[in-house]
Amino acid sequence: MRVAGASLAAGMLLLAAACSGGSGGSSGGGNASDQSAGARGPITYVQGKDNNNVIRPLIDQWNAAHPNEKVTFKEQSDQADQQHDDLVQHFQAKDPNYDVVDVDVVWTAEFAAKGWLQPLKDKFAIDTSKLLPATVKTGTYNGTLYAAPQASDGGLLYYRKDLVPNPPKTWDEMMSACSIAKSHGMDCYAGQFAKYEGLTVNASEAINTAGGQVVKSDGKTPDLDTDAARKGLGLLVDAYKNGNIPQQAITYQEEQGRQSFEAGKLLFLRNWPYMYSLASTDGSSVVKDKFGVAPLPGLTGPGASTLGGHNAAISAYSAHKATALDFVKFLESEETQRTFVEKASLAPVIASLYDDQALVSKLPYLPTLKTSIENAVPRPVTPFYPAVTKAIEENSYAAIKGDKSVDQALKDMQAAIQSAGS
Amino acid sequence: MSATTDLQTAPPPPESRPPGPDRAAGRRRRISGEGRLATFLVAPTIVLLAVVIGYPVVRAVVMSFQKDPGLDPATGLFTSGGSAGLSNYTHWVLQQCTSATGGTKACPPGTLGAQFWDSVGTTVFFTVVTVSIEVVLGMWMATVMNRSFRGRALLRASVLVPWAIPTAVTAKLWYFIFAYDGVANRVLHTHILWTGDAWAARFAVIIADVWKTTPFVALLILAGLQVIPAEVYEAAHVDGANAWQRFVRVTLPMIRPALMVAVLFRALDVLRIYDLPAILTGGGGGGGHATTTLSILVVDQIRQGFNRAAALSTLTFLFIFAVAFLFVRVLGANAVRTQQRQQKGTI
Repeated sequence: MRVAGASLAAGMLLLAAACSGGSGGSSGGGNASDQSAGARGPITYVQGKDNNNVIRPLIDQWNAAHPNEKVTFKEQSDQADQQHDDLVQHFQAKDPNYDVVDVDVVWTAEFAAKGWLQPLKDKFAIDTSKLLPATVKTGTYNGTLYAAPQASDGGLLYYRKDLVPNPPKTWDEMMSACSIAKSHGMDCYAGQFAKYEGLTVNASEAINTAGGQVVKSDGKTPDLDTDAARKGLGLLVDAYKNGNIPQQAITYQEEQGRQSFEAGKLLFLRNWPYMYSLASTDGSSVVKDKFGVAPLPGLTGPGASTLGGHNAAISAYSAHKATALDFVKFLESEETQRTFVEKASLAPVIASLYDDQALVSKLPYLPTLKTSIENAVPRPVTPFYPAVTKAIEENSYAAIKGDKSVDQALKDMQAAIQSAGS
Repeated sequence: MSATTDLQTAPPPPESRPPGPDRAAGRRRRISGEGRLATFLVAPTIVLLAVVIGYPVVRAVVMSFQKDPGLDPATGLFTSGGSAGLSNYTHWVLQQCTSATGGTKACPPGTLGAQFWDSVGTTVFFTVVTVSIEVVLGMWMATVMNRSFRGRALLRASVLVPWAIPTAVTAKLWYFIFAYDGVANRVLHTHILWTGDAWAARFAVIIADVWKTTPFVALLILAGLQVIPAEVYEAAHVDGANAWQRFVRVTLPMIRPALMVAVLFRALDVLRIYDLPAILTGGGGGGGHATTTLSILVVDQIRQGFNRAAALSTLTFLFIFAVAFLFVRVLGANAVRTQQRQQKGTI
């Protein structure tokens, strides 16, 4: 024993850092692509947990049609952080068995800058003309498309149509409707204001809605020291101060807000489309037929939602890239996209599907979601995303709580994003 | 748990027979033979330790002197950073970040660099408070469990339940209890933001940790209590010692070895605590990082750059190592040695 016990304990700690370590700075990948570009053969598709069991039937369908280029499904956990770390480890090991990978929109730039993704240009170009332009932006880094949009997501305003027959179109209208909430003893508005990725989504939505932007178009220069950004973040800060956003909302992630809304305690809620079917079918929901969805309110028209979703990318280390490209195109196809939205309520990336009558009758929120995604602004496309999101979370959290002035919070955010990329 | 095993099963010291002059030569031969055998037997352990502890520690230290990859402005791709000197360490300790012009400046709020000393403070605060509370409560629980009464076995078993629940489950459990609409606020008739307010969040973590690990401390102390012979107390009684004197003069010195082991283990545990605050509060609260411990900061940093994370985990390692060293040297917390001395009758 003696000191060994102590060093064992502490050594375990280091293990975590060292195991996932290795030199992250490989900039290769470009050379290997030449031999494997035309190669065909079995490939593996990697994705997070397939909650609605849509991927397996799709892959079965593909395998039946392509007996010599079978796709194996590697299912990751349902935690985004774990999926990210798993991908990083396999890319660092230059694993040729991770052929097509499903990447969150906010990881695309990081993976692309590491040289891990096959650029989708020249022989690998895909047709993006039918896709929603905002979704294509999420897969683009430095002017090159690195990942094909696969599923999108945008914020919606859930409101109680029994109390507010006409949903508010602007932020001010929504704030004035808060008197209705008060007279019913309800909370007025909530989003995701706990300190996690959801707060980055909500804070940048507010900033974008007011005409500001988190970073300039180069994706790394922060642009938060502006009147528009101050106005945007100020909307949330003022609403929290005067109680229109209830005080407990700074502990809300998606689920807490949904529970409050379904319990009839909340008049307006910003949330993702996934909540639609839950709120209308959950046994505990008291608002089943009493709610509607609207685009997020902006200053004068619809607000700027933050874009969520996933992109499909081809690994630079894949040995069968021709097959991989075909499979990516298959994921992009209208039939596959239709299956995604029908079976798993995944927001399609093909614009025309949102106007499809058969789908709209099944999922009435689709036209609203289209407005949301059309006005959506992607989160900063930067290889330093983890540091950028941290900077936004910390400082907007402090501002909303009133620990910091809006001005100071944005200055700090600006400085923190600046030092992130260095 | 290895502490308890050590306490119970430490082998008696080998009999030391004075060697006769005629046996000296043979004994020397035997020692060198035994030495070779011992080396042979110990080798697998040494190799294993070198692989699972030595290598990661050394690797982390090497990495900590390398720069994290930066972007090549021309291609937009990452290039490896090269040697960093001590800059990864000064980044944390002096909270220096790179400014836009390439010089250094104080890390702005919202960067991980700005949180280093805050998280050192948080970690030390957690350690001091939880270990103190756990020792006091654990002592009391051990005293109760040491009496003989009906259902003692049942009590001893049931006290272990919180300890047996995996920390992740415990954390999620308390997460629901401390939700705004949760049990805690209902029962107390309060509207506390347990995961939002700085001190509420800290105490949420402390309450959950105390609930979970007090049984562990209590059991270690109980093991110490049980080796105290009843005669010692009788003698103290006869000498006219009151209950407080018996506790301070008899019980405390006798359970000191067990107590020291308990405190050492708990202190090291809390100094590297990750799971409980990570799940319960996400490291948040207050200005955004009121419950961020050193380990949470390391994991956050891993996603932003391995080499800086390596520097931070090396700092954490040195810090915990120093604390452990102090315990062993100054306070004499040592499971094996004290046990041996006890058996030799020197304690």
